[in-house]
Amino acid sequence: MTAKLFAPREWQLALPLAIFLHLFYVAPLAVLLASSFQTAPGEPSFTLAQYGQFFQDAVNRKVLLDTFWLGVQVTLACLLFGYPVAYVYANAPAKWKGILTFLILLPLLTSSVVRTFGWVVILGRQGLVNSLLQGLGITQEPIRLLFTHPGVAIAMTQIQLPFMVLPIVASLSQIDPRLAAASASLGGGAWRTFWKITFPLTLPGIISGCLLVFAITVSSFVTPSIIGGGQIMYMPTLIYQQGVVLLNRSFAATISAILLAMVLIVVFALSNLGQKSRDYVH
Amino acid sequence: MSTTTVRASSGQLDKLDRLSFGWVMWGIAIFSLIILSLPTVIVLIASFSSAQTLRFPPTGFSLQWYLALFDYPELWSAAVTSLQAALWTTLICIVLGVCASLAMAGSRARWVAAMDALVMSPLALPGIAVGLGILTYFSVLGVRLSLVTLVLSHVVICIPYLVRTTLASLIQLGTSLREASTVLGASPAYTFFHVTLPLIKQGVITGGFMAFLTSFDNITVSLFLSDARTEVLPIRMWSMIENDLDVRAAAISGILIVATALLMVLMERISGLSKFLVKS
Repeated sequence: MTAKLFAPREWQLALPLAIFLHLFYVAPLAVLLASSFQTAPGEPSFTLAQYGQFFQDAVNRKVLLDTFWLGVQVTLACLLFGYPVAYVYANAPAKWKGILTFLILLPLLTSSVVRTFGWVVILGRQGLVNSLLQGLGITQEPIRLLFTHPGVAIAMTQIQLPFMVLPIVASLSQIDPRLAAASASLGGGAWRTFWKITFPLTLPGIISGCLLVFAITVSSFVTPSIIGGGQIMYMPTLIYQQGVVLLNRSFAATISAILLAMVLIVVFALSNLGQKSRDYVH
Repeated sequence: MSTTTVRASSGQLDKLDRLSFGWVMWGIAIFSLIILSLPTVIVLIASFSSAQTLRFPPTGFSLQWYLALFDYPELWSAAVTSLQAALWTTLICIVLGVCASLAMAGSRARWVAAMDALVMSPLALPGIAVGLGILTYFSVLGVRLSLVTLVLSHVVICIPYLVRTTLASLIQLGTSLREASTVLGASPAYTFFHVTLPLIKQGVITGGFMAFLTSFDNITVSLFLSDARTEVLPIRMWSMIENDLDVRAAAISGILIVATALLMVLMERISGLSKFLVKS
């Protein structure tokens, strides 16, 4: 019965999108991967030379490591700062929820250039942080925050925070409130109840939040290139530089393939963990 | 005697436990919420600065940077290109996404999981790799860059939002109403336009809104797929900020922030935006 809902054959309705994605998404990614194994564009040869070239260069290895490190730092910072936001949101009275939703979603929906621009104003030489520090007499000279790794990590954490908060809110709203009440009546304190009950039950949400934050952080281009300036290089900036500025497209393809592999490895590892935690919850 | 002291101190410990938990949770949450809104608020304030350079806090209030925008034709043409690209992207996403969601929601076959993974994967894969891939692909095929190539690439990265919210609506809707319509003799097209579509409208609108914003804001893919004639707004703004910290960028940002906030309130009224984002 269900299968005949739309008759004649409703699975055919998925065909246009499937064809579209194969033409303009799967095929381009295949071409990209293929060109990362070529020495010169158009030549049908297969070589690992460009991968060798990437890993032989200490600068490139540092860029790869810095990118991975940025992803880990931002993910952990988002978890630390995002979990309480989700917790407060889930336990907030209904009349507060509207305002909280607005506060959480507005930064997510405003343009990423605008958000990054905000951080330039905050971290710059004449920015908020430096005005504050100098006004309080803590430092004489403006301190350097722009064009540093910590500056990028701070800005990225703020920008990615909603991606951590939303899945955790979804996870928290599925927990039976009677569980916490049961724990409290059995003498479990607030901290104990949180670590033994609430936190483990929200692991699926935490893991999907971490997955999103990590993947988007290591792939983002705008914020690291503006806050990092030319001084600090991450994988996407390197791809842009090789592919667009230096017109070395097949090497840019190689770097993209390496970044893609890094994201996929982390995503698969985390989603395996996620599957296990979901089995634990049910 | 001794039992009372023990009880009293354990009662205090309980209180301390509860208090410390509340303080830590609320403290971090309030701090995070302030940090979350800080850049937006700061940009909004800085855009009304009367100073010639970007400094914070601003020394005085003026609308000079907003007025300066009128004399900046490249910016307006970039904004028009962005709007065109975002509207076409949203339209194509809605048509392709709603069709695919109907098929996916109605079936439990194995291909649905594969299709779901395919449609959602652009969310997690690096946009810059996708952009470079599509550029390489088009140059192999000999296709020249234009608004069309820009829109095609935007559809790829915006489609996940549409399918996700539409699928959520369809699953929530269930099949009974559609079955009833079919049983009563309505044709599949009639059922779709008079029963299904009005009932999943909210999901489609929310997904369309997300797709529109994602397309309008995209840099990583647009960077590869647009040329000088099809320059989009975020790229123009990016170069304004990157090169010389043009304060006019603050004025455009101010307009974008207010527009986004108004759109959000409107969307919340129409479709219950937060319902989809928080539950997805």
